[in-house]
Amino acid sequence: MSSTAKKKGFGATIWDYLTTVDHKKIAVLYLIAGTLFFVIGGIEAMLIRIQLAEPNNDFVSAGLFNEIITMHGTTMIFLAAMPLLFAFMNAAVPLQIGARDVAFPFLNSLGFWLFLFGGLFLNLSWFLGGAPDAGWTSYASLSLASPTHGIDFYALGLQISGAGTLIAGINFLVTIINMRAPGMTYMRMPLFTWTTFVASALILFAFPPLTVGLFFMIFDRMFDANFFDHLNGGNTIIWEHLFWIFGHPEVYILVLPAFGLFSEIFATFSRKRLFGYSSMVFATILIGFLGFMVWAHHMFTVGLGPTANAIFAVATMAIAVPTGMKVFNWLLTIWGGNIKVTTPMLYGLGFIPSFVAGGVTGVMQASAPLDYQLHDSYFIVAHFHYVIVGGIVLALFAAAHYYWPLMFNQMLNETLGKITFVFFFVGFHCTFFIQHFLGLMGMPRRVFTYQGDQGWDLFNYISTIGAFLMAIGVILLVVNVIITAIKGEPAGRDPWKDGRTLEWAIPQPVPYYNFKQTPLVRGLDTFWIEKMEGNKEGMTYAEPISDIHMPNNSFIPFMISFGLFVAAFGALYHQDADKAWSLPVLIAGLAITFLSMIVRSLKDDLGYHIHKEELMNEKGGKK
Amino acid sequence: MKGLKKWRLFGLLAALTIFLSGCGEEYLSTLTPGGTVAKEQYKLLLLTSVIMLLVIIVVVIIYVLVIVKFRRKKVGENTIPKQVEGSHILEIIWTAIPIVLLLIIAVPTVSLTYELADTKAMEAKDENGNATAVTVNVTAKLYWWEFEYPEQGIITAQELVVPTGEKVYFNLKAADVKHSFWIPAIGGKLDTNVDNINTFYLTFDKESDSLKDGVFYGKCAELCGPSHALMDFKVKTLSKDNFDTWVKNMQATKGKKADKNSTDLGEQVFANSCISCHAVSGEGTAAIYPNLATFGDRNRVAGFIEHSEEGIKDWIKNSQKLKPGNLMPVEKDLNKGKEFTDEELDALAAYLMGLSVEK
Amino acid sequence: MDLKTKFTPQSWPAHPENATLEGKNKTLGFWIFLGGETVLFATLFATFLALKNKGPNGMEFSTQSLFELPLAFIMTMLLLTSSLTSVYAMYHMKNHNFKAMQAWIAVTVVLGLGFLGLEIYEFYHYVHLGFTFTQSAFGSSFYTLVGTHGLHVIIGLAWFILLMLRNSKRGLNLYNAPKYYLASLYWHFIDVVWVFIFTVVYLMGVLD
Repeated sequence: MSSTAKKKGFGATIWDYLTTVDHKKIAVLYLIAGTLFFVIGGIEAMLIRIQLAEPNNDFVSAGLFNEIITMHGTTMIFLAAMPLLFAFMNAAVPLQIGARDVAFPFLNSLGFWLFLFGGLFLNLSWFLGGAPDAGWTSYASLSLASPTHGIDFYALGLQISGAGTLIAGINFLVTIINMRAPGMTYMRMPLFTWTTFVASALILFAFPPLTVGLFFMIFDRMFDANFFDHLNGGNTIIWEHLFWIFGHPEVYILVLPAFGLFSEIFATFSRKRLFGYSSMVFATILIGFLGFMVWAHHMFTVGLGPTANAIFAVATMAIAVPTGMKVFNWLLTIWGGNIKVTTPMLYGLGFIPSFVAGGVTGVMQASAPLDYQLHDSYFIVAHFHYVIVGGIVLALFAAAHYYWPLMFNQMLNETLGKITFVFFFVGFHCTFFIQHFLGLMGMPRRVFTYQGDQGWDLFNYISTIGAFLMAIGVILLVVNVIITAIKGEPAGRDPWKDGRTLEWAIPQPVPYYNFKQTPLVRGLDTFWIEKMEGNKEGMTYAEPISDIHMPNNSFIPFMISFGLFVAAFGALYHQDADKAWSLPVLIAGLAITFLSMIVRSLKDDLGYHIHKEELMNEKGGKK
Repeated sequence: MKGLKKWRLFGLLAALTIFLSGCGEEYLSTLTPGGTVAKEQYKLLLLTSVIMLLVIIVVVIIYVLVIVKFRRKKVGENTIPKQVEGSHILEIIWTAIPIVLLLIIAVPTVSLTYELADTKAMEAKDENGNATAVTVNVTAKLYWWEFEYPEQGIITAQELVVPTGEKVYFNLKAADVKHSFWIPAIGGKLDTNVDNINTFYLTFDKESDSLKDGVFYGKCAELCGPSHALMDFKVKTLSKDNFDTWVKNMQATKGKKADKNSTDLGEQVFANSCISCHAVSGEGTAAIYPNLATFGDRNRVAGFIEHSEEGIKDWIKNSQKLKPGNLMPVEKDLNKGKEFTDEELDALAAYLMGLSVEK
Repeated sequence: MDLKTKFTPQSWPAHPENATLEGKNKTLGFWIFLGGETVLFATLFATFLALKNKGPNGMEFSTQSLFELPLAFIMTMLLLTSSLTSVYAMYHMKNHNFKAMQAWIAVTVVLGLGFLGLEIYEFYHYVHLGFTFTQSAFGSSFYTLVGTHGLHVIIGLAWFILLMLRNSKRGLNLYNAPKYYLASLYWHFIDVVWVFIFTVVYLMGVLD
């Protein structure tokens, strides 16, 4: 219990991770699971591009293609981008605010296992009769008509993983409000913490509409309800509204933390405090707020009428203002700085023009009458990949390099990192830039093939070449991880030398209780302040060494999630007349979940204390 | 200085126009607008593109300067830059200028949004009580399009025929799942919902016979199942006079039927195997399956297959393979459990090619 | 946290639910969770309003033909009263009077069960008339909205009962005081949602 340095057996390590409530280990779990799903989604992307490389290709069939695009979108958004961001939030945010853990360590673990079991359930559809095939948006008329169980896997899987996300969001909100170290006022929080905070608030308000929408879908498909059946009074447009009331904030849930990561990276590698910190915070909140007012811009062609379209068009344009503020603040952060082009910084420098390009096409689409042309064409595909890949994925890759030493006490190879960047970046622009023009030239999205000689052949081919370059980039990143792990050189504290925030002040490897003494925060960029004042320890302390209270590990989160996973199979097969076992399975699964919850409620689980003497003797401390 | 700036803007615009119009095919591309709606949208595209290019240029200039000037190699390994907090003036500048730029976009956006949604003239009647505008009821069905002209009492499928030089109004709906009606060169799309009817208008400036295939291309723009990609239709635009003639010819097919006892083998086969779903008279109202009265005049078989006797035979034999999930029965189900003989197929194809109101 | 500390009404803190960091986190977290719940119910209300009285052509059911205000009014009164009794329970918790707190929670549970019984009777009655979950979009949205509330009632009751049983021997301490507090907070939330259901579903359904 006392030290992480003890050598553990393989089984013990696995058990440790299955039961852990430590935010640093949960971060690793999120990273592994997110990467796994990212690779799956990436393979799906490659299949899409291979199929579209030439006209009338028959590499995959029409039905399979629809399953692939659906799973590509769903996987990348729900199972790759969000968990990977959660990985970095878990790894960095508690340390950035000087906390020993998140507010609810148990729920943190529960959130992860719910996400993982939901994701597994969704992906099992490939082996159990077919994946969902109505697009990641799963519009109601098509998804109700879909004959396989795919959509049921989609609805139930997202419901489970969505619950995990909601829990994670609440956890971060409370952590950031209640667990800040003394002196860490709101306006001294690092921007990544701020964006995590706002993104968590968005999760809180955006996920319930998705939950409700998915329940309607589940009820309609599995229990004969009529929410979307227009012959029985239902209305399919309700699904579209609910989906986008969730779906648009979701974009900001993803992109705000990406902004936060880049804000840290720009400041660090320019050796300069973030320019216009307070307006950056303001812009973050404003984007979060406006994010809820614009969902109908995804529905300009649905026929909501000119007044609705005009209002939502103007509201959407308004978002460009705070976003523009951010871009200029980043540029001015670097301006006059002392730039070191490390791999994370290289991603940052690649991010600015890519994201601006994605942002401006967003403004073009905000213009409703123009969007009548652009909507559901390849222009949209280009736009959202510019935002998601050019914004979020670049941020994830940057953060992987940036926070690797924090999470694993090792540095990824810089040269290989830069080569990775070049392949990925060039491939990304090669894949997606040209798709703007495909859209303008009349190519609809989500087509499994196209006829030759419509003027689209060459551009599609170029796009596919770009996809392969991106794939090479991703493979190189994986290679880099393996090489680094084999080498196993410790990186030590403040490996980038220019660290500014508290997470870099902590010794490496990070002790399992994080801070031996809670730090006293004396301003924005605490660690930088201490360094500039010549404080070798990097921290001023707010308290003497004393006992630290720690939570116990628990296997219950795993069991709760597993119960829902089992129950989902029961619910899914409940509609098949020949599967009488489905109802018992549903009940058994729910029983596992509820019994686990009751055990959790009835047991006294008070945690344990690390005693003062133990802390004094420990090596991982300040020396 | 001001003049110079204007000139630059104009230059940029001209370069952009030339660059964009080099892209795409005239019958399909939004960059070669063939009607008022598409032209207005294209203007908006140019306006927004120019403004957005300006933004990009500003960002790129600062960006390049930053990278060139402030690299550690130049600044020095141990230099600690001044820790600047921010600048109120700069913040105001980069808040105010974007707002102005957005207003420039917002004004035409809002006015065009209302303009394009104005379908009041659909209801207008002349002194005889006839509608003054041409209205088409479009019904999107699993992988094909039905076009009904309620005023004229005629109906066709897969190939929309419209007059040039006037607003043509559309009532859009879907019969099964949601689709979206899009003729890129003519104007933006509008969804065909299952729950309600959407209305809008389009105008067609030129006659389509000068185009490569003699038609504009139309697309389904909303994922609707496996064959979403193949749910194409074509648009034939005729001068008003020719359109009126076409309507008369269509109306004249009233009562046309395939005869089981015909001397033409193709007609016999059609009467035995096809007539229960497909009508050959273009007069009438909405049906469940595609009307074939103008089949011989069309540009494609099933929306995308080459329009020839070979294409027809291929379609009858392999419709499920060519367009997965469509509702056309397989060959054996059409012909009482047997495949058609080559002779029967040839005759049927020839008969179908002869179904025409234009020849 | 030390469970062995014995409190007297004098040493008992004024805000026992916020006396420990865990308690503070739980209280804040629960308020935030209720924020999410509010959005959830708002979505259900919006859907109900959109699908109210919508069904297959010629459907005989409508809010006017189905709903009876007296029954809904009695249910409202039961739930409102139970909210009040849970306030009494919390009053006694703050004064470290464990027995009185348990007693008032028991009263709350009884009132809640009464409400639940009437709701089950109401649903049974509608189903008997042919107005079911699968009959129409109106039915689906009605049962989902009111049923989700009913599910919350069941969860709230189960929570109260578990707390009473679990702590009957242990008495009140700083570990379980936040739990009592949050259960009662949840109960108030359920009550507020019902007030909206009564207004939007029943009153507006019958009157307009």
